[in-house]
Amino acid sequence: MATELAPAGAPAPGAGPHPDRGGAAPRTWRPGDRVALGLCWAAGLALCLIAAAIVGYMAYRGIQYLRPSLITSRPRPSADQRGSGGFLDPIVGTVLLTVIGIALATPVAVATAVWLVEYGRPAWLARAVESGIEIVAGTPDIVIAIFGLALFQQSLFAPLSFTAAGGAVFGRSFLVAGAMMALIALPMVFGATREGLQAIPRHLREASYALGKTRIATIRRVLLPAVRPNISTGAALGMGRIAGDTAIVVVLLGATLQIDPTGNVPGLGVLRGTGSTLTSYVYNNSPAGEGAAPQKAYAAAFVLLLIVVALNFAVDLIARHAGRNGLEGTRFSA
Amino acid sequence: MIDETRPTDPALAQPPAAADEAPPAGAPAAVGPERMTVDRLGVTYGAKAAVRDVTLPIHQGEVLALIGPSGCGKTTLLRSLNRLTELTPSARRTGRILLDAQDIDAMEATALRRRVAMVFQQPNPFPMSIFDNVGYALREQALRRPRRSVLEPAVADALQRAGLYDEVAADLDAPALRLSGGQQQRLCIARAIATRPEVLLMDEPCSALDPRSTAVIEELIGELRRDLAVVIVTHNLQQAQRVGDRTAFMYLGDLVEHGPTGQIFGSPREQRTRDYVGGAFG
Repeated sequence: MATELAPAGAPAPGAGPHPDRGGAAPRTWRPGDRVALGLCWAAGLALCLIAAAIVGYMAYRGIQYLRPSLITSRPRPSADQRGSGGFLDPIVGTVLLTVIGIALATPVAVATAVWLVEYGRPAWLARAVESGIEIVAGTPDIVIAIFGLALFQQSLFAPLSFTAAGGAVFGRSFLVAGAMMALIALPMVFGATREGLQAIPRHLREASYALGKTRIATIRRVLLPAVRPNISTGAALGMGRIAGDTAIVVVLLGATLQIDPTGNVPGLGVLRGTGSTLTSYVYNNSPAGEGAAPQKAYAAAFVLLLIVVALNFAVDLIARHAGRNGLEGTRFSA
Repeated sequence: MIDETRPTDPALAQPPAAADEAPPAGAPAAVGPERMTVDRLGVTYGAKAAVRDVTLPIHQGEVLALIGPSGCGKTTLLRSLNRLTELTPSARRTGRILLDAQDIDAMEATALRRRVAMVFQQPNPFPMSIFDNVGYALREQALRRPRRSVLEPAVADALQRAGLYDEVAADLDAPALRLSGGQQQRLCIARAIATRPEVLLMDEPCSALDPRSTAVIEELIGELRRDLAVVIVTHNLQQAQRVGDRTAFMYLGDLVEHGPTGQIFGSPREQRTRDYVGGAFG
């Protein structure tokens, strides 16, 4: 549910009430228009209330059950809840997986969007790329997860995960889950970047060409800096999707209680190993899953919500800072 | 970066006010060497001919005003001079254009556009700081961006020549898009002249500006022509008379006639010109 809050947390740059409301006061409007205006208000307010209800309820439950020791201690398998520890590993797992996923998705998504908007030839290929991304965006995450498992269990990808004594490739690790998570985030980053590029007026590109700049220089020095806030927004939405995804974690990360490294190389071992995230931890502890520890599930869900909300605020700040020189507030005449 | 082959300017000591008053009726300003030659230029967009068989010299040290009704091909002619028409896929160009006796088609488009700079109708500063707007123009196609201290003198010089420096010197890191429209357009001029081009193309540079900003830009054009050849497209006949040393009148893709501004407006040879400029007086 947390990811559904993302748009409210990070509004698109330039969103907001139009400064020039134009026209007469609502009092002089026709009744139909007044009803429509009222409905628009109601819809906005209802969304705010729903968001507030989710955050409020989770905060009430979370604060009730959250203890510092839960965040700092590792989970342990134990039938007695007093001995089963906290959820340090799932927190680390969520952060790690989000970073891997967005780091893989962003360059690919931005490059694809740049190619599509700035080159886009041949046209049939551009159409194919766009429908390809739409299909990826529309594919349920469990389907992506199953496909990922089939793919990464091939012996070619053995270095990415654990290989059993018999030679069977496990196909589950942070790297594998991160790669498929990138597919979840990619459409968001792609869409935001494409829209940003399409919103840049043509005369800005011409201004650069007229200064004797090549197309590549124009992209690197003018267009990409101009769409940085869009990329940030898309990345924030994508990170929210990754942090909130459960199916890929269960299928491709192993959903082991603790982070379980593969091999002896520090760091890389963790990436090749399995683990869990807050989503799988919540699922496994809530009444919906194993149902053993709803208090811990609420506490973990609250932490997950905090991470996603904090992420959105952070990226919003970055975008606002990057947007200091941005196209918003452009005025073309004195 | 700075073109040392450019002839040194004898008029530097001349007060700017005199340059502003300059276009005298009948008597052309001291004409410099021919910088660009347009030779039997034709441009078509698909099946539609936008410019037909235009031959026109462009001289150093003078302002050439291109006038004519909308859609007469004056902007297309202007955009041909720095090969910006090539950005339009359907555009086809015939004939030759020479820059210092060299065919512009034989040059790299990027090199040509650094020597034949352009200012557009809409002020179009980049969404960057004032400094970076000019600095971007100055940067060579290098992988590393040069240090700020290297660019600083050239940026300040370009802003000074565009008459903007005093207004923005306090905060060169301010976003360019926060400037007023007139300031933005002068920033675009600074950006265009930063690389010391030989020719400056201006496509209705004042049409988006208020009269006060227009007057500032027109005064600036008068000063700039001492250093370079200026070609300005304008739909404003009074402006053509104010800033143009020579005027070329285009109609339906044809160059009807060109000559000293005073002659075009005072005693045009062609009936079509007489009708068009006559409307301006009536």
